[in-house]
Amino acid sequence: MGAIPTNFYGHCPLRVSSVNRKFRRLRQDLTCSSPNYDGRTTIICSIIRILESNAVHNRRILSLSRRQVLRGLLATTAFGVTAKLGTGCSPNGAGGGEAAAGGDEIVIGFIYVGPRDDYGYNQAHAEGAAGISSLPGVRIVEEASVPETAAVQETMRSMIELDGAMALFPTSFGYFDPHILQLAEEFPEVQFLHAGGLYEEGVHPANVGSYFGYIDEAQYVAGIVAGHMTKSGKLGFVAAKPIPQVLRNINSFTKAARSVNPNITTQVIFTGDWALPVKEAEATNSMADQGIDVVTCHVDSPKVVIETAERRGMFTSGYHANQADLAPTGYLTGAEWDWTSIYTQYAQMFLEGKSLMNGEIDHLVRGGLADSFCKLSPYGAAVSDEAKAAADAARDQIIAGELVLYEGEIKDNSGTVRVAAGQKLEQKSVELESMDWLIEGVEGSVGS
Amino acid sequence: MRDTPWLRKSEPLVISAGAIAVALALFGLFCAIAGANPFGVYGSIYTAAFGSSSRIQGTLILASPLMLSALCTALPARLGLVIIGNEGALVVGGVGAVAMGLSLGTSLPPLLVQTLMAIAGMVAGGVWIGIVGALRHYRAVNETISSLLMNYIAIALLNHLVGGPMRDPSSLNKPSTFPLAAANMLGNLPGTRIHYGLIFGLVACGVAYVLIQRTTFGFAARTAGGNVRAARIAGLPVGRLAVTICFLAGACAGLAGMVEVAAVHGVANESLNAGYGYGGILVAFVARHNPLAAALIAVLVGGIVGSGGILQRTHSLPDATVLIFQGIMFLTILYSDSLYGKLAFFREQPVDIPPDPTPAAVETTV
Repeated sequence: MGAIPTNFYGHCPLRVSSVNRKFRRLRQDLTCSSPNYDGRTTIICSIIRILESNAVHNRRILSLSRRQVLRGLLATTAFGVTAKLGTGCSPNGAGGGEAAAGGDEIVIGFIYVGPRDDYGYNQAHAEGAAGISSLPGVRIVEEASVPETAAVQETMRSMIELDGAMALFPTSFGYFDPHILQLAEEFPEVQFLHAGGLYEEGVHPANVGSYFGYIDEAQYVAGIVAGHMTKSGKLGFVAAKPIPQVLRNINSFTKAARSVNPNITTQVIFTGDWALPVKEAEATNSMADQGIDVVTCHVDSPKVVIETAERRGMFTSGYHANQADLAPTGYLTGAEWDWTSIYTQYAQMFLEGKSLMNGEIDHLVRGGLADSFCKLSPYGAAVSDEAKAAADAARDQIIAGELVLYEGEIKDNSGTVRVAAGQKLEQKSVELESMDWLIEGVEGSVGS
Repeated sequence: MRDTPWLRKSEPLVISAGAIAVALALFGLFCAIAGANPFGVYGSIYTAAFGSSSRIQGTLILASPLMLSALCTALPARLGLVIIGNEGALVVGGVGAVAMGLSLGTSLPPLLVQTLMAIAGMVAGGVWIGIVGALRHYRAVNETISSLLMNYIAIALLNHLVGGPMRDPSSLNKPSTFPLAAANMLGNLPGTRIHYGLIFGLVACGVAYVLIQRTTFGFAARTAGGNVRAARIAGLPVGRLAVTICFLAGACAGLAGMVEVAAVHGVANESLNAGYGYGGILVAFVARHNPLAAALIAVLVGGIVGSGGILQRTHSLPDATVLIFQGIMFLTILYSDSLYGKLAFFREQPVDIPPDPTPAAVETTV
């Protein structure tokens, strides 16, 4: 190519010296010694390091040049970040005969958006699925880490075509529209059951059903425990997004705690997304610094929040699944899903030949503590007898239908009356389903 | 004849095939340790990715966004710029396309709306990465870091718009924009379930290849990538080249975003930020920034990703297994890069310096 080197990795000598110096300074600025540095800084640091050494002249060691290694590292870093792109779809023709066989047994497919052992949302569903795998005549197939893209459609398709699944439980909220709806049109004989309560009669196909739990009832009971155990009167809530489901949990937790002591406040921090471990840890740490002594959360995996709070000597209240073994001293209780009982009911109905299409299975199933859609983690060692008694009483009242969580008068944290005096909001009321306010006593705002 | 073109041409093929063979061997070792039969696993991966027409369609569906987003890294690389802002450009492109689609509604024929949505997505993504190029050229801001940070800005912008100004109030627990009109959605290729995004990806890769390898513009870009000072002395407008290439790169990723909203989701929401941008970086590096190779590698990645399910369901391997396979595969391919020109078999024999007496003799006789 003549005199002009066309190796596009080559850098001209001009860049080398000045760029090198600049990188070194920038890197000093970002030196990762501060205890507060986050993952992002680490990424930047490593990129700077890579670029820095890119500027080093192209010197090849016999087998492997340094640049080669670094390019590999950059690519693998990028690759690590693609984890979300994940383990998309799966096979159709694969595996041959072994899969679709199996005489009378029914095959039920479970799909999770994250890993099955995340101490959170996905683990709760996987535990529910494991609960039915032992039923005679039922075989389950599972796939974890399936993103909410075209990939989940491929996964559902292959579970149907290859494994012969007669019912699917795609568990992530975002799988519903458009993915489940499209596949349901295409496979009218397969039943699609989605966790999220989104089914609308007449709008969605007959082979689609929806189930969901009022876990804010469990959060209410957890709030009673927190209200008894806090010494500073300050609670913390690490939340993902200000959407109705999350706001209900925050408000129920706070309302319960304030029923114990009306001076209690809850500091809420929205991280902005479902899985941001670094931000979740930062939020928990800042709560510890503010003197908050009980922390709970609503993120996909509470692991980081619970572990951080335990290290900082705070009490914790879990969410989604049982996190007690992450915080042996500080874990009070937690609001957990109880999918095992729901999934067992569904499996039994399938075995009896009932289906969504013949109308013998309800399209929309919801419930709270009374219907075993959710439960409380066993109380931790730190919980006082008084707190246990009060929490048990609240739970029994909710189960008996004597305690309505949202009974007026309820004000939001700007002083506006949201539930008028004497008004009782049932769990399935539209006002609760579309909640967009924070209750009195919560420090924070829903504005993004 | 010392010049043996077939030998030189076969070098990349032999090295790539060797790399893949080594990767399979290493991965087989991993599977054996994890307690699965390696040969069964190979068979499953193949059938899951390419075993039937339906599986090939699945692979191509997963591959198409990667082709477009890979170009966002591959094009600027020819100019010596390491851009990793694919995810941001994709997200911004998706939002731009939705904004255009929603504001037009059904006032125009669908084909026109789709075209305008594609243009909106490309312009949005192009401007996004164009900013990175401009910052690089005019303010000497490192393009890798600025494009990385632009990703975070883009995702924050998406979350803000989707949760605020552009939010459909009925999307309660998954904030989304209003849905695009069904008529304006991109359809599938006839007789398949592959959407038109695949065609966009293939065409874009082809156009990018011609642009870089077969035009004076591409030659100028490669020249500037090789040696900026030489390019300046030769009178090339380096700044304009950088900004233009960055714009085109961002436009490709923006088009990927448009395809995601117009062919898959029908709305813009957090699912746009699903990692296709980061996957594209990987594809571009493995393809050595060659647009045509990027199309092939994207299919390979799509196939590997697509085979993840069978590893979990038939072989009871953990869900991260497919990532390990990808990782081993790409490390060996990148490593094999260092073997070019090292294998004696492919090396052209050095032409003897002292002129052969025979041709001289021939010359004199003529």
